[in-house]
Amino acid sequence: MQTRPSSHALPRAWLRKAFAIAALACTEAIATDPLSEYRRMLADDNPAELAVARGEELWKMPRGPRNASLAGCDLGKGPGVLSGAYAALPRHFADTGSVMDLESRLVHCMVTIQGLARAEVTAAPFSERGAAQTDLEVLTAYVAAQSRGATIRVPQQAQDELDSYARGRDLFFRRAGPYDFSCASCHGADGQRIRLQELPNLTRTEGARSAFAHWPAYRVSHGAVRTMQWRLSDCVRQERLPELLFGSPASIDLTMYLGVLASGATMDAPSLRR
Amino acid sequence: MRANRVAQSMALVMVACSAERGGVAGDGTGQAALEKVVASSFRARGQAGLDRLQQSEMQRICSREPTDQLPADLQQRLQREALQSVRFPEDGRWLGKWQQGEKIAQSGTGMQYSDAADAPRGGGCYGCHQLSGTEIAYGTIGPSLYRYLERKGAGSDAMQRAWTQIWNAHAYNACSVMPRFGDAGILTPEQIRDVMALLFDPQSPVNR
Repeated sequence: MQTRPSSHALPRAWLRKAFAIAALACTEAIATDPLSEYRRMLADDNPAELAVARGEELWKMPRGPRNASLAGCDLGKGPGVLSGAYAALPRHFADTGSVMDLESRLVHCMVTIQGLARAEVTAAPFSERGAAQTDLEVLTAYVAAQSRGATIRVPQQAQDELDSYARGRDLFFRRAGPYDFSCASCHGADGQRIRLQELPNLTRTEGARSAFAHWPAYRVSHGAVRTMQWRLSDCVRQERLPELLFGSPASIDLTMYLGVLASGATMDAPSLRR
Repeated sequence: MRANRVAQSMALVMVACSAERGGVAGDGTGQAALEKVVASSFRARGQAGLDRLQQSEMQRICSREPTDQLPADLQQRLQREALQSVRFPEDGRWLGKWQQGEKIAQSGTGMQYSDAADAPRGGGCYGCHQLSGTEIAYGTIGPSLYRYLERKGAGSDAMQRAWTQIWNAHAYNACSVMPRFGDAGILTPEQIRDVMALLFDPQSPVNR
């Protein structure tokens, strides 16, 4: 009897995993141990890899009015150098004279190298539920994947890097809105949870590391890769504040604060989240 | 006159905050730089207008690390002001229906830009507290309220205290992380009565 072609065997394995993932997504009331068990089980087949592959295509594809690829994009380690770049972001960039995170730097490259319009690139940075991933999401996933295993070293050399960290820290504790929330309202103490969701203490090294090292992540409950900009934006929505703008100074300062606290940890993104 | 006093105390707090921060950071930090960043980082969406970014004096004072001890005089002032903000039920009726209270406690809907402005608001109580003995999906940011009646009794002091805690938690704990459900207009007095019933009614799943 003929061996089953691998092109059939693969989807079958994927189907099994997909059922496991769906089960995970439906089980809101899952305890800590089964969750880490699922993570371990699924680690080799993270659906984020599909976004990474699509991101690689986009990175190399000539696009935009200038018909240029992003191969010359400088993410802080020189034009086109991707290895370890994400583990050292946000950082100061001499060409813009500002601190940028990966996502805002990608926009900068799409605008300056490919000639795309900033307003168009940033109009809808996050995919709607059930819709295809956006260009920015897959590019972010691809670049982040090139830092897997790299040690997080978010720089604190330039004055604006120091200032960004200090502002990010102040922002983290800044209470506002009808619920009087700050980031620290939920993420300022050890061992807390909302409903059954565990809340990392992002004012301490351990919690900041567990968060920073794992975004972007494939969110099982969304069926999509979500980025750090999305993570911050959705926290701010739940804080009852107005919409945090994509790539805004506050979003970059908060990312800088978390990245500096997380420095020394090993980058392991895109990861898999509930 | 009153506005003047508020402005004065705001200025005092701002001075205190910027002195506190200091550190290695340069001109790009401190209260003014921070507010500039805030002003350029958001857009109004749905029911969440940009006015929500403006801090009250309490919010400004409470924008500190949880481990950062509040000076005793500030703590006393915030608690006194919070206590003065509480409006007790005019008809003296503390308790509504626990069944409604349970629904309010379960629902985290309300005041997010993704929520319909006219949708009934929840209190999201289970987000942070254990209440009913049968609901296992509860958070741990606040203390357990399971068997509340047994622990607190049904006296008017206990009722008044619970109402105050829900209305403005800063009355007993300055810089509490609990939202001011009455003072900030998150829940109506009628809804607060229902949540009170969830805590105090002997038939409520909190007490059975």
